[in-house]
Amino acid sequence: MVGPAGLSPRAAIAALFSGDGAAGIVVRDIRLPRTLLAALIGATLGLSGAALQGLLRNPLAEPALFGAPQAAAAAASFVIAFGFVPATSLAAPIAGIAGALLSVGGLVVVAGARASLTVILLAGLALASFAGAATALILNVAPNPFIALEVAFWLLGSLEDRSIEHLLIAAPFLVASWILLAMTARAFRALTLGEDAAASLGVDLVRTRLLVVTGVALGVGAAVAVAGSIGFIGLVAPHLVRRHVGSDPARVMLPAALAGTALLLAADIAVRSVPSANELKVGVVTALIGVPVFLTMIFGEKRLEESAA
Amino acid sequence: MSAILRADDISVSLGARRIVERARVKLRRGELAVLIGPNGAGKTTLIRALAGLLPAQGRIALEDKPLSHFDPRERARRIAYLPQGNTFHWPMTVAAVVALGRYPHGDPFASPTEEDKTAVCDALAATATTPFSERPVTALSGGERARVALARALATRAPVLLADEPIVSLDARHQLVVMNVLRDTARKGAAVLAVLHDLALAARFADHVLLMQDGQIVTQGEVKDVLTETRIAQVFGVAAQMTETGGARVPLPYRAL
Repeated sequence: MVGPAGLSPRAAIAALFSGDGAAGIVVRDIRLPRTLLAALIGATLGLSGAALQGLLRNPLAEPALFGAPQAAAAAASFVIAFGFVPATSLAAPIAGIAGALLSVGGLVVVAGARASLTVILLAGLALASFAGAATALILNVAPNPFIALEVAFWLLGSLEDRSIEHLLIAAPFLVASWILLAMTARAFRALTLGEDAAASLGVDLVRTRLLVVTGVALGVGAAVAVAGSIGFIGLVAPHLVRRHVGSDPARVMLPAALAGTALLLAADIAVRSVPSANELKVGVVTALIGVPVFLTMIFGEKRLEESAA
Repeated sequence: MSAILRADDISVSLGARRIVERARVKLRRGELAVLIGPNGAGKTTLIRALAGLLPAQGRIALEDKPLSHFDPRERARRIAYLPQGNTFHWPMTVAAVVALGRYPHGDPFASPTEEDKTAVCDALAATATTPFSERPVTALSGGERARVALARALATRAPVLLADEPIVSLDARHQLVVMNVLRDTARKGAAVLAVLHDLALAARFADHVLLMQDGQIVTQGEVKDVLTETRIAQVFGVAAQMTETGGARVPLPYRAL
Protein backbone atom coordinates (compact mmCIF):
# COMPACT_ATOMS: atom_id res chain seq x y z
CA MET A 1 0.00 0.00 0.00
CA VAL A 2 2.98 2.22 -0.71
CA GLY A 3 3.26 4.44 -3.76
CA PRO A 4 4.45 7.68 -5.30
CA ALA A 5 1.53 9.77 -4.02
CA GLY A 6 2.77 11.17 -0.72
CA LEU A 7 0.39 9.73 1.84
CA SER A 8 1.37 9.10 5.42
CA PRO A 9 0.63 5.59 6.72
CA ARG A 10 -2.10 7.03 8.91
CA ALA A 11 -3.69 8.94 6.02
CA ALA A 12 -3.49 5.84 3.84
CA ILE A 13 -5.21 3.68 6.45
CA ALA A 14 -7.86 6.32 7.05
CA ALA A 15 -8.46 6.57 3.30
CA LEU A 16 -8.70 2.81 2.98
CA PHE A 17 -11.58 2.68 5.43
CA SER A 18 -13.34 5.92 4.51
CA GLY A 19 -12.68 5.98 0.77
CA ASP A 20 -13.01 9.78 0.86
CA GLY A 21 -11.46 12.20 -1.56
CA ALA A 22 -8.39 11.80 -3.73
CA ALA A 23 -6.60 9.76 -1.07
CA GLY A 24 -9.56 7.39 -0.99
CA ILE A 25 -9.35 6.82 -4.74
CA VAL A 26 -5.58 6.34 -4.61
CA VAL A 27 -5.74 3.79 -1.82
CA ARG A 28 -8.95 1.96 -2.63
CA ASP A 29 -8.93 1.88 -6.43
CA ILE A 30 -5.22 1.95 -7.27
CA ARG A 31 -3.25 0.55 -4.38
CA LEU A 32 -5.61 -1.99 -2.86
CA PRO A 33 -6.24 -4.14 -5.98
CA ARG A 34 -2.60 -3.99 -6.88
CA THR A 35 -1.48 -5.11 -3.43
CA LEU A 36 -4.03 -7.91 -3.27
CA LEU A 37 -3.09 -9.10 -6.77
CA ALA A 38 0.60 -9.08 -5.86
CA ALA A 39 -0.15 -11.12 -2.75
CA LEU A 40 -2.31 -13.69 -4.57
CA ILE A 41 -0.03 -14.02 -7.59
CA GLY A 42 3.10 -14.19 -5.45
CA ALA A 43 1.58 -17.00 -3.41
CA THR A 44 0.52 -18.84 -6.56
CA LEU A 45 3.97 -18.59 -8.10
CA GLY A 46 5.69 -19.71 -4.89
CA LEU A 47 3.30 -22.64 -4.54
CA SER A 48 3.64 -23.61 -8.22
CA GLY A 49 7.41 -23.63 -7.92
CA ALA A 50 7.31 -25.76 -4.77
CA ALA A 51 4.87 -28.20 -6.42
CA LEU A 52 6.90 -28.60 -9.62
CA GLN A 53 10.03 -29.09 -7.54
CA GLY A 54 8.24 -31.73 -5.48
CA LEU A 55 6.91 -33.54 -8.54
CA LEU A 56 10.22 -33.54 -10.39
CA ARG A 57 12.25 -33.95 -7.20
CA ASN A 58 14.51 -31.13 -8.21
CA PRO A 59 15.04 -27.80 -6.46
CA LEU A 60 15.71 -26.04 -9.76
CA ALA A 61 12.25 -26.58 -11.23
CA GLU A 62 10.11 -23.48 -11.76
CA PRO A 63 7.16 -22.65 -14.02
CA ALA A 64 9.14 -20.18 -16.15
CA LEU A 65 11.84 -22.75 -16.93
CA PHE A 66 9.14 -24.93 -18.47
CA GLY A 67 7.82 -22.17 -20.65
CA ALA A 68 4.51 -22.04 -18.72
CA PRO A 69 4.29 -18.26 -18.41
CA GLN A 70 5.72 -17.82 -21.89
CA ALA A 71 3.11 -20.13 -23.40
CA ALA A 72 0.38 -18.47 -21.35
CA ALA A 73 1.62 -15.11 -22.59
CA ALA A 74 1.62 -16.29 -26.20
CA ALA A 75 -1.93 -17.59 -25.96
CA ALA A 76 -3.21 -14.53 -24.11
CA SER A 77 -1.48 -12.13 -26.54
CA PHE A 78 -3.08 -13.93 -29.42
CA VAL A 79 -6.52 -13.40 -27.92
CA ILE A 80 -5.85 -9.77 -27.08
CA ALA A 81 -4.12 -8.85 -30.33
CA PHE A 82 -6.57 -10.53 -32.68
CA GLY A 83 -9.73 -10.95 -30.71
CA PHE A 84 -10.03 -7.29 -29.71
CA VAL A 85 -11.25 -8.34 -26.31
CA PRO A 86 -10.63 -5.96 -23.46
CA ALA A 87 -7.93 -7.12 -21.09
CA THR A 88 -10.52 -7.52 -18.32
CA SER A 89 -12.61 -10.18 -20.03
CA LEU A 90 -12.39 -13.86 -19.20
CA ALA A 91 -10.94 -14.69 -22.62
CA ALA A 92 -7.38 -13.72 -21.70
CA PRO A 93 -7.11 -15.84 -18.54
CA ILE A 94 -8.73 -18.82 -20.22
CA ALA A 95 -6.35 -18.55 -23.16
CA GLY A 96 -3.46 -18.13 -20.71
CA ILE A 97 -4.51 -21.23 -18.78
CA ALA A 98 -4.79 -23.24 -22.01
CA GLY A 99 -1.33 -22.09 -23.08
CA ALA A 100 0.22 -22.96 -19.74
CA LEU A 101 -1.56 -26.32 -19.71
CA LEU A 102 -0.09 -27.15 -23.12
CA SER A 103 3.43 -26.23 -22.08
CA VAL A 104 3.53 -27.88 -18.64
CA GLY A 105 1.66 -30.93 -19.90
CA GLY A 106 3.94 -31.08 -22.93
CA LEU A 107 6.98 -30.93 -20.72
CA VAL A 108 5.83 -33.70 -18.41
CA VAL A 109 5.11 -35.84 -21.49
CA VAL A 110 8.35 -34.99 -23.29
CA ALA A 111 10.54 -35.31 -20.24
CA GLY A 112 8.77 -38.50 -19.18
CA ALA A 113 8.79 -40.18 -15.85
CA ARG A 114 12.48 -40.57 -15.19
CA ALA A 115 13.95 -37.62 -17.01
CA SER A 116 17.24 -36.16 -15.90
CA LEU A 117 17.47 -32.48 -15.06
CA THR A 118 19.29 -31.92 -18.35
CA VAL A 119 16.42 -33.30 -20.41
CA ILE A 120 13.86 -31.34 -18.43
CA LEU A 121 15.75 -28.06 -18.74
CA LEU A 122 16.40 -28.55 -22.46
CA ALA A 123 12.77 -29.47 -23.13
CA GLY A 124 11.69 -26.45 -21.07
CA LEU A 125 14.07 -24.23 -22.98
CA ALA A 126 12.68 -25.49 -26.27
CA LEU A 127 9.08 -24.89 -25.14
CA ALA A 128 9.91 -21.44 -23.78
CA SER A 129 11.71 -20.48 -27.01
CA PHE A 130 8.83 -21.76 -29.09
CA ALA A 131 6.33 -19.79 -27.00
CA GLY A 132 8.56 -16.71 -27.27
CA ALA A 133 8.70 -17.08 -31.03
CA ALA A 134 4.93 -17.51 -31.18
CA THR A 135 4.49 -14.31 -29.18
CA ALA A 136 6.91 -12.47 -31.45
CA LEU A 137 4.98 -13.73 -34.46
CA ILE A 138 1.72 -12.50 -32.98
CA LEU A 139 3.19 -9.05 -32.31
CA ASN A 140 4.74 -9.09 -35.77
CA VAL A 141 1.51 -9.67 -37.63
CA ALA A 142 -0.85 -7.97 -35.18
CA PRO A 143 -3.46 -5.97 -37.11
CA ASN A 144 -3.14 -2.95 -34.85
CA PRO A 145 0.33 -1.60 -33.95
CA PHE A 146 -0.99 0.13 -30.81
CA ILE A 147 -2.38 -3.08 -29.49
CA ALA A 148 0.92 -4.77 -30.32
CA LEU A 149 2.81 -2.20 -28.27
CA GLU A 150 0.37 -2.54 -25.40
CA VAL A 151 0.72 -6.32 -25.45
CA ALA A 152 4.52 -6.04 -25.55
CA PHE A 153 4.52 -3.91 -22.40
CA TRP A 154 1.99 -6.09 -20.64
CA LEU A 155 4.20 -9.12 -21.36
CA LEU A 156 7.03 -7.61 -19.35
CA GLY A 157 5.02 -8.30 -16.24
CA SER A 158 3.46 -5.54 -14.22
CA LEU A 159 0.81 -4.92 -11.62
CA GLU A 160 0.44 -1.27 -12.58
CA ASP A 161 -3.10 0.04 -13.04
CA ARG A 162 -4.79 -3.24 -12.25
CA SER A 163 -8.35 -2.80 -11.06
CA ILE A 164 -10.63 -4.76 -8.80
CA GLU A 165 -12.05 -6.38 -11.99
CA HIS A 166 -8.65 -7.92 -12.75
CA LEU A 167 -8.56 -9.23 -9.22
CA LEU A 168 -12.03 -10.75 -9.50
CA ILE A 169 -11.19 -12.43 -12.82
CA ALA A 170 -7.95 -13.99 -11.62
CA ALA A 171 -8.82 -14.88 -8.01
CA PRO A 172 -11.08 -17.91 -8.65
CA PHE A 173 -8.46 -19.53 -10.89
CA LEU A 174 -5.66 -18.77 -8.46
CA VAL A 175 -7.58 -20.21 -5.52
CA ALA A 176 -8.52 -23.29 -7.57
CA SER A 177 -4.84 -23.82 -8.37
CA TRP A 178 -3.97 -23.63 -4.65
CA ILE A 179 -6.53 -26.31 -3.86
CA LEU A 180 -5.27 -28.66 -6.59
CA LEU A 181 -1.63 -28.19 -5.59
CA ALA A 182 -2.34 -28.59 -1.86
CA MET A 183 -3.96 -31.97 -2.60
CA THR A 184 -0.66 -33.29 -3.94
CA ALA A 185 1.61 -32.20 -1.09
CA ARG A 186 1.75 -35.56 0.67
CA ALA A 187 2.59 -37.43 -2.52
CA PHE A 188 5.71 -35.28 -2.94
CA ARG A 189 7.00 -36.58 0.38
CA ALA A 190 6.73 -40.19 -0.83
CA LEU A 191 8.25 -39.21 -4.17
CA THR A 192 11.53 -38.48 -2.43
CA LEU A 193 12.04 -42.27 -2.66
CA GLY A 194 11.61 -42.24 -6.44
CA GLU A 195 8.54 -43.03 -8.51
CA ASP A 196 8.59 -46.81 -8.09
CA ALA A 197 8.80 -46.71 -4.31
CA ALA A 198 6.17 -43.94 -4.18
CA ALA A 199 3.83 -46.03 -6.32
CA SER A 200 4.43 -49.02 -4.06
CA LEU A 201 3.38 -46.85 -1.10
CA GLY A 202 0.04 -46.22 -2.78
CA VAL A 203 0.74 -42.89 -4.51
CA ASP A 204 -1.23 -42.54 -7.73
CA LEU A 205 1.45 -41.06 -9.99
CA VAL A 206 -0.85 -40.30 -12.91
CA ARG A 207 -3.28 -38.43 -10.68
CA THR A 208 -0.46 -36.54 -8.96
CA ARG A 209 1.05 -35.43 -12.28
CA LEU A 210 -2.34 -34.41 -13.58
CA LEU A 211 -3.14 -32.35 -10.46
CA VAL A 212 0.22 -30.56 -10.55
CA VAL A 213 0.07 -29.83 -14.27
CA THR A 214 -3.50 -28.53 -14.01
CA GLY A 215 -2.83 -26.61 -10.82
CA VAL A 216 0.26 -24.90 -12.18
CA ALA A 217 -1.46 -24.14 -15.48
CA LEU A 218 -4.52 -22.61 -13.76
CA GLY A 219 -2.40 -20.50 -11.45
CA VAL A 220 0.29 -19.39 -13.87
CA GLY A 221 -2.14 -18.94 -16.76
CA ALA A 222 -4.44 -16.69 -14.75
CA ALA A 223 -1.51 -14.80 -13.21
CA VAL A 224 0.04 -14.13 -16.61
CA ALA A 225 -3.27 -13.08 -18.08
CA VAL A 226 -3.71 -10.27 -15.55
CA ALA A 227 -0.11 -9.39 -14.75
CA GLY A 228 2.08 -10.53 -17.62
CA SER A 229 4.99 -12.84 -17.01
CA ILE A 230 6.68 -12.60 -13.65
CA GLY A 231 9.47 -15.11 -13.44
CA PHE A 232 11.69 -16.70 -10.82
CA ILE A 233 9.41 -16.21 -7.79
CA GLY A 234 8.60 -19.92 -8.08
CA LEU A 235 12.29 -20.77 -8.02
CA VAL A 236 13.45 -18.44 -5.27
CA ALA A 237 10.56 -18.72 -2.79
CA PRO A 238 10.92 -22.47 -2.04
CA HIS A 239 14.68 -22.10 -1.99
CA LEU A 240 14.48 -19.38 0.68
CA VAL A 241 12.16 -21.29 2.97
CA ARG A 242 13.94 -24.64 2.63
CA ARG A 243 16.76 -23.33 4.80
CA HIS A 244 14.30 -22.79 7.65
CA VAL A 245 11.70 -25.54 7.36
CA GLY A 246 13.93 -28.29 5.97
CA SER A 247 13.71 -30.18 2.70
CA ASP A 248 10.49 -32.11 3.30
CA PRO A 249 8.74 -31.24 0.02
CA ALA A 250 5.28 -31.28 1.62
CA ARG A 251 6.29 -29.00 4.45
CA VAL A 252 7.85 -26.51 2.01
CA MET A 253 4.58 -25.75 0.21
CA LEU A 254 2.80 -23.32 2.55
CA PRO A 255 5.92 -21.36 3.53
CA ALA A 256 6.87 -21.15 -0.15
CA ALA A 257 3.48 -19.61 -0.93
CA LEU A 258 3.94 -17.05 1.86
CA ALA A 259 7.49 -16.31 0.74
CA GLY A 260 6.21 -15.85 -2.83
CA THR A 261 3.71 -13.29 -1.55
CA ALA A 262 6.43 -11.46 0.37
CA LEU A 263 8.82 -11.48 -2.59
CA LEU A 264 6.32 -10.18 -5.12
CA LEU A 265 4.99 -7.52 -2.72
CA ALA A 266 8.56 -6.42 -2.05
CA ALA A 267 9.42 -6.34 -5.74
CA ASP A 268 6.26 -4.39 -6.53
CA ILE A 269 6.90 -1.89 -3.74
CA ALA A 270 10.43 -1.49 -5.09
CA VAL A 271 9.27 -0.65 -8.62
CA ARG A 272 6.73 1.80 -7.24
CA SER A 273 9.32 3.54 -5.12
CA VAL A 274 12.05 3.86 -7.76
CA PRO A 275 11.57 7.29 -9.30
CA SER A 276 11.54 7.05 -13.11
CA ALA A 277 9.55 8.41 -16.04
CA ASN A 278 8.19 4.99 -17.01
CA GLU A 279 7.51 2.75 -14.04
CA LEU A 280 9.85 -0.23 -13.99
CA LYS A 281 8.10 -3.52 -14.80
CA VAL A 282 8.01 -5.90 -11.86
CA GLY A 283 8.65 -8.86 -14.19
CA VAL A 284 11.87 -7.21 -15.28
CA VAL A 285 12.95 -6.75 -11.67
CA THR A 286 12.19 -10.34 -10.62
CA ALA A 287 14.12 -11.65 -13.64
CA LEU A 288 17.09 -9.36 -12.99
CA ILE A 289 17.27 -10.63 -9.40
CA GLY A 290 16.11 -14.18 -10.11
CA VAL A 291 18.57 -15.17 -12.82
CA PRO A 292 21.70 -14.59 -10.69
CA VAL A 293 20.05 -16.48 -7.82
CA PHE A 294 19.25 -19.33 -10.22
CA LEU A 295 22.85 -19.47 -11.45
CA THR A 296 24.14 -19.51 -7.88
CA MET A 297 21.81 -22.40 -7.12
CA ILE A 298 23.03 -24.36 -10.16
CA PHE A 299 26.61 -23.95 -9.00
CA GLY A 300 25.56 -25.00 -5.50
CA GLU A 301 23.94 -28.15 -6.94
CA LYS A 302 27.04 -28.92 -8.95
CA ARG A 303 29.25 -28.67 -5.88
CA LEU A 304 26.90 -30.98 -4.00
CA GLU A 305 27.03 -33.57 -6.78
CA GLU A 306 30.80 -33.38 -6.95
CA SER A 307 31.19 -33.75 -3.20
CA ALA A 308 28.76 -36.71 -3.23
CA ALA A 309 30.65 -38.46 -6.04
CA MET B 1 0.27 -73.28 4.61
CA SER B 2 -1.36 -71.46 1.73
CA ALA B 3 0.49 -68.66 -0.02
CA ILE B 4 -0.33 -65.03 0.85
CA LEU B 5 0.95 -63.86 -2.53
CA ARG B 6 0.90 -66.19 -5.49
CA ALA B 7 1.49 -65.76 -9.18
CA ASP B 8 0.32 -68.46 -11.57
CA ASP B 9 2.09 -68.47 -14.90
CA ILE B 10 2.49 -64.73 -15.16
CA SER B 11 4.17 -63.10 -18.14
CA VAL B 12 5.35 -59.51 -18.29
CA SER B 13 6.29 -57.52 -21.38
CA LEU B 14 8.06 -54.18 -21.49
CA GLY B 15 7.26 -52.65 -24.84
CA ALA B 16 7.45 -55.41 -27.41
CA ARG B 17 9.88 -57.49 -25.39
CA ARG B 18 8.70 -60.35 -23.23
CA ILE B 19 10.78 -60.06 -20.06
CA VAL B 20 9.10 -62.62 -17.79
CA GLU B 21 7.66 -65.83 -19.22
CA ARG B 22 5.10 -67.94 -17.37
CA ALA B 23 6.59 -67.49 -13.91
CA ARG B 24 5.03 -69.29 -10.97
CA VAL B 25 5.69 -67.83 -7.52
CA LYS B 26 4.21 -68.64 -4.12
CA LEU B 27 5.18 -66.58 -1.09
CA ARG B 28 4.23 -68.01 2.28
CA ARG B 29 4.11 -66.25 5.64
CA GLY B 30 7.09 -67.16 7.81
CA GLU B 31 9.26 -67.96 4.82
CA LEU B 32 12.25 -66.15 3.33
CA ALA B 33 12.32 -66.79 -0.41
CA VAL B 34 15.33 -65.76 -2.47
CA LEU B 35 15.24 -65.00 -6.18
CA ILE B 36 18.57 -65.41 -7.92
CA GLY B 37 19.69 -65.38 -11.51
CA PRO B 38 22.21 -63.75 -13.82
CA ASN B 39 21.97 -60.07 -14.85
CA GLY B 40 19.12 -59.49 -17.25
CA ALA B 41 17.23 -62.63 -16.22
CA GLY B 42 14.10 -60.58 -15.42
CA LYS B 43 14.30 -60.62 -11.63
CA THR B 44 13.49 -56.91 -11.15
CA THR B 45 10.64 -57.06 -13.66
CA LEU B 46 9.15 -60.08 -11.91
CA ILE B 47 9.38 -58.52 -8.46
CA ARG B 48 7.85 -55.24 -9.72
CA ALA B 49 4.97 -57.18 -11.23
CA LEU B 50 4.47 -59.01 -7.91
CA ALA B 51 4.41 -55.60 -6.20
CA GLY B 52 1.59 -54.55 -8.52
CA LEU B 53 3.72 -51.90 -10.21
CA LEU B 54 3.69 -53.47 -13.68
CA PRO B 55 0.80 -55.00 -15.56
CA ALA B 56 1.20 -58.74 -15.95
CA GLN B 57 -0.64 -61.39 -17.93
CA GLY B 58 -1.81 -64.26 -15.82
CA ARG B 59 -3.12 -64.34 -12.29
CA ILE B 60 -1.52 -62.69 -9.28
CA ALA B 61 -3.47 -63.26 -6.08
CA LEU B 62 -2.95 -61.50 -2.76
CA GLU B 63 -4.77 -63.15 0.14
CA ASP B 64 -6.64 -65.21 -2.52
CA LYS B 65 -8.04 -62.10 -4.21
CA PRO B 66 -6.77 -60.75 -7.54
CA LEU B 67 -4.02 -58.19 -6.89
CA SER B 68 -5.58 -55.75 -9.34
CA HIS B 69 -8.75 -55.58 -7.20
CA PHE B 70 -6.89 -53.87 -4.36
CA ASP B 71 -6.84 -50.11 -4.41
CA PRO B 72 -3.26 -48.77 -4.27
CA ARG B 73 -3.33 -47.92 -0.58
CA GLU B 74 -4.86 -51.24 0.47
CA ARG B 75 -2.21 -53.00 -1.60
CA ALA B 76 0.53 -50.81 -0.11
CA ARG B 77 -0.51 -51.79 3.43
CA ARG B 78 -0.02 -55.47 2.49
CA ILE B 79 3.00 -55.39 0.19
CA ALA B 80 6.12 -53.42 1.09
CA TYR B 81 8.49 -53.02 -1.85
CA LEU B 82 12.12 -52.01 -1.61
CA PRO B 83 13.42 -51.00 -5.03
CA GLN B 84 17.03 -51.17 -6.16
CA GLY B 85 19.22 -48.14 -5.80
CA ASN B 86 18.23 -46.62 -2.43
CA THR B 87 17.14 -43.35 -4.00
CA PHE B 88 16.60 -40.31 -1.80
CA HIS B 89 16.00 -37.09 -3.68
CA TRP B 90 15.64 -34.64 -0.80
CA PRO B 91 17.92 -34.29 2.24
CA MET B 92 15.14 -35.30 4.67
CA THR B 93 16.07 -36.77 8.03
CA VAL B 94 16.39 -40.54 8.37
CA ALA B 95 13.44 -40.58 10.78
CA ALA B 96 11.26 -38.71 8.27
CA VAL B 97 12.24 -41.10 5.47
CA VAL B 98 11.50 -44.18 7.57
CA ALA B 99 8.16 -42.65 8.58
CA LEU B 100 7.22 -42.74 4.88
CA GLY B 101 6.74 -46.46 5.42
CA ARG B 102 3.59 -45.49 7.33
CA TYR B 103 2.27 -43.54 4.33
CA PRO B 104 -0.34 -46.13 3.31
CA HIS B 105 -1.70 -46.31 6.87
CA GLY B 106 -2.08 -42.63 7.53
CA ASP B 107 -4.96 -40.29 7.22
CA PRO B 108 -3.42 -37.31 5.39
CA PHE B 109 -4.48 -34.83 8.06
CA ALA B 110 -3.92 -36.86 11.21
CA SER B 111 -0.73 -36.85 13.20
CA PRO B 112 1.18 -40.14 13.64
CA THR B 113 -0.48 -42.68 15.93
CA GLU B 114 1.30 -44.64 18.67
CA GLU B 115 1.45 -47.59 16.29
CA ASP B 116 3.13 -45.45 13.63
CA LYS B 117 5.74 -44.29 16.13
CA THR B 118 6.47 -47.81 17.41
CA ALA B 119 6.74 -49.17 13.86
CA VAL B 120 9.26 -46.46 12.94
CA CYS B 121 11.28 -46.97 16.14
CA ASP B 122 11.34 -50.75 15.66
CA ALA B 123 12.40 -50.42 12.01
CA LEU B 124 15.22 -48.04 12.97
CA ALA B 125 16.36 -50.39 15.73
CA ALA B 126 16.21 -53.52 13.56
CA THR B 127 18.44 -51.97 10.91
CA ALA B 128 20.81 -50.32 13.44
CA THR B 129 20.00 -46.88 12.04
CA THR B 130 18.69 -45.33 15.28
CA PRO B 131 22.00 -43.51 16.02
CA PHE B 132 21.69 -41.33 12.94
CA SER B 133 17.91 -40.99 12.81
CA GLU B 134 18.11 -37.19 12.94
CA ARG B 135 20.75 -36.83 10.22
CA PRO B 136 19.89 -35.94 6.61
CA VAL B 137 19.70 -39.16 4.63
CA THR B 138 21.75 -37.71 1.76
CA ALA B 139 24.72 -37.26 4.11
CA LEU B 140 25.00 -40.99 4.85
CA SER B 141 27.33 -43.59 3.36
CA GLY B 142 26.05 -46.08 0.79
CA GLY B 143 25.73 -48.85 3.36
CA GLU B 144 23.85 -46.61 5.80
CA ARG B 145 21.48 -45.49 3.06
CA ALA B 146 20.74 -49.10 2.12
CA ARG B 147 19.75 -49.85 5.73
CA VAL B 148 17.59 -46.72 5.92
CA ALA B 149 15.83 -47.81 2.72
CA LEU B 150 15.18 -51.23 4.28
CA ALA B 151 13.96 -49.59 7.50
CA ARG B 152 11.47 -47.59 5.45
CA ALA B 153 10.08 -50.80 3.93
CA LEU B 154 9.96 -52.53 7.35
CA ALA B 155 8.09 -49.62 8.94
CA THR B 156 5.04 -50.44 6.83
CA ARG B 157 4.74 -53.73 8.77
CA ALA B 158 3.27 -55.31 5.68
CA PRO B 159 2.71 -59.07 5.64
CA VAL B 160 4.64 -59.24 2.34
CA LEU B 161 8.10 -57.74 1.83
CA LEU B 162 9.65 -57.66 -1.63
CA ALA B 163 13.29 -56.51 -1.56
CA ASP B 164 15.25 -55.97 -4.78
CA GLU B 165 18.97 -56.45 -4.10
CA PRO B 166 18.85 -55.19 -0.51
CA ILE B 167 22.52 -55.94 0.22
CA VAL B 168 24.13 -54.86 -3.00
CA SER B 169 26.26 -51.99 -1.69
CA LEU B 170 26.91 -53.31 1.81
CA ASP B 171 30.11 -54.48 3.48
CA ALA B 172 30.38 -58.08 4.69
CA ARG B 173 29.13 -57.36 8.20
CA HIS B 174 26.13 -55.32 7.12
CA GLN B 175 25.22 -57.90 4.49
CA LEU B 176 24.83 -60.37 7.34
CA VAL B 177 22.98 -57.81 9.47
CA VAL B 178 20.46 -57.20 6.68
CA MET B 179 20.06 -60.91 5.88
CA ASN B 180 19.33 -61.52 9.56
CA VAL B 181 16.75 -58.71 9.53
CA LEU B 182 15.05 -60.27 6.50
CA ARG B 183 15.02 -63.69 8.15
CA ASP B 184 13.68 -62.26 11.43
CA THR B 185 10.97 -60.44 9.49
CA ALA B 186 9.97 -63.75 7.94
CA ARG B 187 10.11 -65.54 11.32
CA LYS B 188 7.75 -62.94 12.77
CA GLY B 189 5.20 -63.98 10.17
CA ALA B 190 5.86 -62.03 6.99
CA ALA B 191 6.40 -63.51 3.55
CA VAL B 192 9.73 -62.17 2.34
CA LEU B 193 11.16 -62.32 -1.17
CA ALA B 194 14.67 -60.95 -1.74
CA VAL B 195 16.60 -60.68 -4.98
CA LEU B 196 20.24 -61.56 -4.29
CA HIS B 197 23.42 -61.98 -6.31
CA ASP B 198 25.42 -63.67 -3.58
CA LEU B 199 24.98 -67.44 -3.96
CA ALA B 200 26.56 -68.17 -0.60
CA LEU B 201 24.20 -65.88 1.32
CA ALA B 202 21.27 -67.20 -0.67
CA ALA B 203 22.21 -70.75 0.32
CA ARG B 204 22.66 -69.86 3.98
CA PHE B 205 19.51 -67.82 4.51
CA ALA B 206 16.86 -68.93 2.03
CA ASP B 207 13.97 -71.19 2.99
CA HIS B 208 13.01 -71.36 -0.66
CA VAL B 209 15.09 -70.51 -3.73
CA LEU B 210 13.81 -69.42 -7.13
CA LEU B 211 16.37 -69.65 -9.91
CA MET B 212 15.67 -67.43 -12.88
CA GLN B 213 17.20 -67.43 -16.36
CA ASP B 214 16.08 -65.63 -19.53
CA GLY B 215 12.72 -64.62 -18.08
CA GLN B 216 11.82 -68.07 -16.81
CA ILE B 217 12.02 -69.62 -13.40
CA VAL B 218 14.05 -72.68 -14.37
CA THR B 219 13.77 -74.35 -11.00
CA GLN B 220 12.65 -73.61 -7.47
CA GLY B 221 12.55 -75.37 -4.15
CA GLU B 222 14.80 -76.04 -1.21
CA VAL B 223 18.39 -74.82 -1.28
CA LYS B 224 19.90 -78.31 -1.49
CA ASP B 225 17.83 -79.17 -4.58
CA VAL B 226 18.25 -75.87 -6.43
CA LEU B 227 21.76 -74.65 -5.73
CA THR B 228 23.65 -77.64 -7.12
CA GLU B 229 26.96 -77.49 -8.99
CA THR B 230 25.23 -78.54 -12.22
CA ARG B 231 22.46 -75.94 -11.98
CA ILE B 232 24.87 -73.17 -11.06
CA ALA B 233 27.09 -74.08 -14.02
CA GLN B 234 24.08 -74.11 -16.39
CA VAL B 235 22.50 -70.88 -15.24
CA PHE B 236 25.44 -68.71 -14.18
CA GLY B 237 28.18 -70.19 -16.31
CA VAL B 238 30.52 -70.63 -13.34
CA ALA B 239 32.12 -73.59 -11.65
CA ALA B 240 31.22 -73.62 -7.95
CA GLN B 241 32.69 -75.60 -5.13
CA MET B 242 30.38 -76.71 -2.34
CA THR B 243 31.62 -75.98 1.15
CA GLU B 244 30.18 -76.50 4.62
CA THR B 245 29.53 -73.15 6.30
CA GLY B 246 27.49 -72.64 9.42
CA GLY B 247 25.81 -76.02 8.98
CA ALA B 248 24.75 -75.31 5.39
CA ARG B 249 26.06 -76.54 2.06
CA VAL B 250 27.20 -73.31 0.44
CA PRO B 251 28.31 -72.90 -3.19
CA LEU B 252 31.47 -70.90 -3.75
CA PRO B 253 31.91 -69.84 -7.38
CA TYR B 254 35.59 -69.95 -8.35
CA ARG B 255 35.90 -70.03 -12.14
CA ALA B 256 33.95 -68.66 -15.12
CA LEU B 257 33.12 -71.43 -17.59
